[in-house]
Amino acid sequence: MKAKIIITPKRAVLDPQGKTVQNALAQMGHTNVAGVHVGKYLEIELTGTDREAARQALDEACHRFLSNPVIEDYQLVIE
Amino acid sequence: MHFAVLQFPASNCDQDAVHAIRVLGHTSDLVWHKDTSLGAADAVIVPGGFSYGDYLRTGAIARFSPVMQAVREFASQGGLVIGICNGFQILCEAGLLPGALVRNRSLQFRCEHVFLKTTTPDSPFTNQIPVGKVLKVPIAHGEGAYFADPATLERLQANRQILWNYCDAAGTLTERSNPNGSVLGIAGICNEQRNIAGLMPHPERACEPILGSDDGQWIFRSMLHTLAARAPAKAA
Repeated sequence: MKAKIIITPKRAVLDPQGKTVQNALAQMGHTNVAGVHVGKYLEIELTGTDREAARQALDEACHRFLSNPVIEDYQLVIE
Repeated sequence: MHFAVLQFPASNCDQDAVHAIRVLGHTSDLVWHKDTSLGAADAVIVPGGFSYGDYLRTGAIARFSPVMQAVREFASQGGLVIGICNGFQILCEAGLLPGALVRNRSLQFRCEHVFLKTTTPDSPFTNQIPVGKVLKVPIAHGEGAYFADPATLERLQANRQILWNYCDAAGTLTERSNPNGSVLGIAGICNEQRNIAGLMPHPERACEPILGSDDGQWIFRSMLHTLAARAPAKAA
């Protein structure tokens, strides 16, 4: 099994990196870009076959460690 | 008084903190992050640096160090803990202080002297700062923009937990004097019980005139004053 975790800054948090990338895209001619949010992506290789147990355990890890709920949101997918 | 100065892999202001405490005529021990005891410390300094290479998020990995459990216990008994720069980030990640520190608004690493207004003058970390005194203290960080949600900010204000705000040389809070985009221009806060504080500026780098300012001494003097006032109670 593999877990894929996407971590993004909360909308309320200033994201100067996203804004800077957005400005650069505009300079390249991408005038239809309404917003950019720069986050991070983690792939976690898992042993075992119990997807639900893995999801629960990683959900807790996402909440306590892999993301900071004060400033970030996350999406967790088990494949 | 005796301080414990924590040392994580890639702490780099630990020796500065030790030196500043020596300049003030007091003693300290460096405490390795794998240690489970703080020794006979009267107060704890979580110093600046780039603990664990800032991997994942600043301070995110350091908070799991064994020594942090000892800090948690020390703080739960009312012990004074101050986190400076990366130390502030670690204390926020550990949940010992509310909020978080995010990337500077400018995306630049800012390394310069800033001015601080003491917003709450009667805390264990500020009680010796002369009234109205604007502190000149350096910053050196890339991720120092303080963030907390509106409900947390309201609580910080209602409980008077905002200890220092960025200001100009005259002590006025302006957008221009906010070096990193911190909400409300917050430079440092304390917990509700007022025994744990964190700030992005480096008071330990401003304890001698040769360094351009000795204003940082006031923060440590406040802690020392608080500890001295507690000492008789401790003996009894």
